[in-house]
Amino acid sequence: MSAVLDPHGHGASDHGHDDHHGAPHGWRRWVYATNHKDIGTLYLLFAFTMLIIGGVLALLIRAELFQPGLQLVNPELFNQFTTMHGLIMVFGAIMPAFVGFANWMVPLQIGASDMAFARMNNFSFWLMIPASLMLAGSFFMPGGAPATGWTMYAPLTLQMGPSMDASILALHLLGASSIMGSINIIVTILNMRAPGMTLMKMPMFVWTWLITAYLLIAVMPVLAGAITMVLTDRHFGTTFFNPAGGGDPVMFQHIFWFFGHPEVYIMILPAFGIISQIVPAFSRKRLFGYASMVYATSSIAILSFIVWAHHMYTTGMPVTGQLFFMYATMLISVPTGVKVFNWIATMWKGSMTFETPMLFAVGFIFVFTMGGFTGLILSMAPIDLQLQDGYYVVAHFHYVLVAGSLFTMFAGYYYWSPKWTGVMYNEARGKIHFWWTLISFNVTFFPMHFLGLAGMPRRYADYPMQFADFNALASVGAFAFGIAQVYFFIYIVLPTMRGQGEPAPQRPWEGAEGLEWEVPSPAPFHTFENPPKLNADATRIVA
Amino acid sequence: MINLHTNLKTASIGLMALGATAAWAVNDLPGGPAVNQLNLHPPATLIAQEQVWLHWFMLIICTVIFVAVFGVMFYSIWKHRKSQGHKPASFHESARVEIAWTVVPFIIVILMALPATKAVVASKDTSNAELTIKATGYQWKWGYDYINGEGEGINFISSLDQQQRAMSDSGKPEPTDDYLLKVDNPLVVPVGKKIRIITTSNDVIHSFAINSFGIKQDAIPGFVRDTWFRAEYVGDFRGQCQELCGKEHAYMPIHVKVVSPEDYTAWVAEQNKKLAAKQDDPSKVWTLAELTARGSKVYEANCQACHQATGKAMGPIKGLDGAAVVLNADSSKQINVLLNGQNNLTMPAWRQLSDTDIAAVISFTKNNWSNKTGQIVQPADVLAARQ
Amino acid sequence: MGLRQNNLLMLRKLAVVALGMFLFGYALVPIYKHICEMTGINILALGEKELPGSGNARLAKSDNTQVDTSRTITVEFDANSRGPWQFKPAQSSVQVHPGEMATVMYEFQNVQDRAISAQAIPSYAPTEAASHFNKMECFCFNQYTLAPGEKKQWPVVFVIDPKLSKSVNTITLSYTFFEVGSKTPVAPGSKVSAVSVSGEGV
Repeated sequence: MSAVLDPHGHGASDHGHDDHHGAPHGWRRWVYATNHKDIGTLYLLFAFTMLIIGGVLALLIRAELFQPGLQLVNPELFNQFTTMHGLIMVFGAIMPAFVGFANWMVPLQIGASDMAFARMNNFSFWLMIPASLMLAGSFFMPGGAPATGWTMYAPLTLQMGPSMDASILALHLLGASSIMGSINIIVTILNMRAPGMTLMKMPMFVWTWLITAYLLIAVMPVLAGAITMVLTDRHFGTTFFNPAGGGDPVMFQHIFWFFGHPEVYIMILPAFGIISQIVPAFSRKRLFGYASMVYATSSIAILSFIVWAHHMYTTGMPVTGQLFFMYATMLISVPTGVKVFNWIATMWKGSMTFETPMLFAVGFIFVFTMGGFTGLILSMAPIDLQLQDGYYVVAHFHYVLVAGSLFTMFAGYYYWSPKWTGVMYNEARGKIHFWWTLISFNVTFFPMHFLGLAGMPRRYADYPMQFADFNALASVGAFAFGIAQVYFFIYIVLPTMRGQGEPAPQRPWEGAEGLEWEVPSPAPFHTFENPPKLNADATRIVA
Repeated sequence: MINLHTNLKTASIGLMALGATAAWAVNDLPGGPAVNQLNLHPPATLIAQEQVWLHWFMLIICTVIFVAVFGVMFYSIWKHRKSQGHKPASFHESARVEIAWTVVPFIIVILMALPATKAVVASKDTSNAELTIKATGYQWKWGYDYINGEGEGINFISSLDQQQRAMSDSGKPEPTDDYLLKVDNPLVVPVGKKIRIITTSNDVIHSFAINSFGIKQDAIPGFVRDTWFRAEYVGDFRGQCQELCGKEHAYMPIHVKVVSPEDYTAWVAEQNKKLAAKQDDPSKVWTLAELTARGSKVYEANCQACHQATGKAMGPIKGLDGAAVVLNADSSKQINVLLNGQNNLTMPAWRQLSDTDIAAVISFTKNNWSNKTGQIVQPADVLAARQ
Repeated sequence: MGLRQNNLLMLRKLAVVALGMFLFGYALVPIYKHICEMTGINILALGEKELPGSGNARLAKSDNTQVDTSRTITVEFDANSRGPWQFKPAQSSVQVHPGEMATVMYEFQNVQDRAISAQAIPSYAPTEAASHFNKMECFCFNQYTLAPGEKKQWPVVFVIDPKLSKSVNTITLSYTFFEVGSKTPVAPGSKVSAVSVSGEGV
């Protein structure tokens, strides 16, 4: 019986506490799941599936771009791939994965028995299944999937076939799921912390998710508004974006990016939280500047609302607009830099070991910062005139999203999976996964900086031949990267899910702090059914 | 950086040797991309030069900061590890340090913003232009109208060379230096003069960009936007559409020929003669052979992309081979379709073609494939239909 | 209050926030229009009708009709047809002093064999010129129906506000004529009919 799927806490190690009666078995356990650990598992497995689907789309793109000329697909289908790759990765992989981490870890870390609204939690997850089926299934609709880019600019969206409407509905469902999930998280964090855990004693992962959840509630509804406007423009005679009726295509971009920019911070703040848990654990030293980290994260979240038009420098906004958004965007690099410095200060004079979670954490800091610098360069409007809508932008956001968010998810998996499954993953294989992923990632995306500087535009199915070599290199790297993730799942994740591996102790990492390490590995189905009594730091339970 | 560059080059050459089925042995394209280009295009305008300078400025500062910060981190990784016996310290906060590494980056960011501000203001100053050209984005080509200055009144469409488009479809394009960057009618401008470009679009958002000039301006339907450039030297400069605009987004390049003022004046005179010639043609009476020969060329350049070389129907695109409207002895319907488009402009209007070209291509369709009507249409008929 | 009640109360508050943000998204539409008009970047309001004697606020504001002969502004005229008709300005450009009234004619001809209803929207480049470009009379935003073959000429009467930034000395006034109820054109060669055409002139 697999460890993570075993509701009685059996597995490699048999801990009898918190055993309960009448736990659901079989399919009902999952369809009717209200347990935050089960729902967390559902989210994570779902997100990984979407990662693979989005990844296959990426490999189709890179296969076509391997050489100049159209070998595999026509340009229309190619842009369907780019669009769905973006939508699936953003809404199907990254966001649900972080929600999965939140579900698993937030109640454990604050000493709560479960999320505030367990049934709404279930609904939030299951909404995503029909939504993603619609999204992935849109390829099979007449005309194929939408081919507008994940940014769905008007008026191009008005030319798309029925799959555009299906995607809009899917996004509404995904948005509703996110909003409900965020409400759940905020209420849980604000109302259900164990006594003695004040806000400024919460683990950083909980802090970052609290802030992320507020961002989500603020901006997902705005996306819902924008895509509904597209829907009514398409079918119900409104003219939000149709100049003939007094509308403005650029207004779509404003509304979309008002959502879109906080969205990218939604996708990175939980990652920052995970790193802030892992680096102190493996440095055997407390996180440096906890309060400063909280303020920095909050500043990033607030600033994220006023920078959206840096995606729109070339739309023809007046000088004052370009300058304002340029300054505001450059300003965000300050709190972000503060966070990087704090992580390094945590490592400084620590006593570090480099198990796989720490490898990914350090790798993240290094590669994410590269992405941060290219973001700073892009924020300069004059330079952006050269680089907008080109491969430099593609390089930038893959550095911060893949080497940013995805690496931290790997780090979080390696860090917490002993708690989830009760067994240790295979450390040698973990290290292979790390180095393979890090190297193939850079082989794929580093050349794209050069392509962007040289002027290669995005969303192009074919390109001038001077770009051939770097494209070929990127394609090779992409395939290597994809295979690394398949290896990860088959040779690292599956064995631990099946209980194969060294039994995990309650606290597998010497320097790890937090209430999640106060419960057995694997964590019993029900934990903290009564609020625990905590020490002064709110990191340990006192009898 | 240099080592990285060399390693990358070696690695990519190695991979090329391993796997590539065709050696993409192309040369650098002057005014366009260079093979394995690493940096921005060599600037052809002062604005582009500012951008190149700004990019180096940012890259150097960022690299220095990056090396410093990660130097500290890697030192720490090396020295402060448990296996080296290092014991963990216990410090975990310092207000002074936090203030320091907030204020210093803040100052650096302000210093970065100063030269950037200058460049932004300069690039938006479209006043005092000597020549104004409107660039209209279409799905999927550019239309240029010279609306003010020397050459006023000239207008034409600039499309990707159709043979290159076919090469792309073939999946095995031959090594070509200007692959996907060659057009039938380049935009011609004089060197050293301030040129103002007005952008708009006929359908969806496109974006007009030329990297060597450092300009990029979205072309938005229903609205005009402007930008400007002053090319510092003669040459051919390339750009591509930079906003996803549908399936042929990769196939609507921009080619600007910058010529000396004298050459420009000569070109303007030639264009005006051609325009005038378009007016003269209607009085001439053409033979079937002349019309169909010319019509064949017009068809290849304009119609073939949708109606195919075979003239057969495909999906919603109506066939011409055997079509009633083509075979009809009364040509007025077919002329009307060509002048005004059809089906909510799914079939676009081709009003911008000359009377002679329209007459020729209609005559061609009437006498090609299995159509053997022997009918022809004279340019004068087309001119009459325009009124 | 018990935990359950606390939780439900907070859920209600957050749900209100989420709903409020959805409405805010829609509120962005008029906010955007107002900001565009205030800054003079884009005039989108269909209600803009600058007719003489209408008591329009803009007219009232421009009592500084002092002609500034020290500056000459080149005004270029551009026309874009989004449909099967002919539309062009009678002149390609004119030179005026700020404060000086000028008139330009635009010519329109319906070359189809059916009646067409169309309306024009204006656009200005550079965008900051829009707020200082006072049109006394203009055919924009009005719907016009033309019989087959009918030709029309419309005037645009304008005065450039002398307060126009000194850095601007060329303004392009562009009109795009749309057929009433027209939508984004279908992409050429597209395999699907993109959107259903819903009735009643929309």
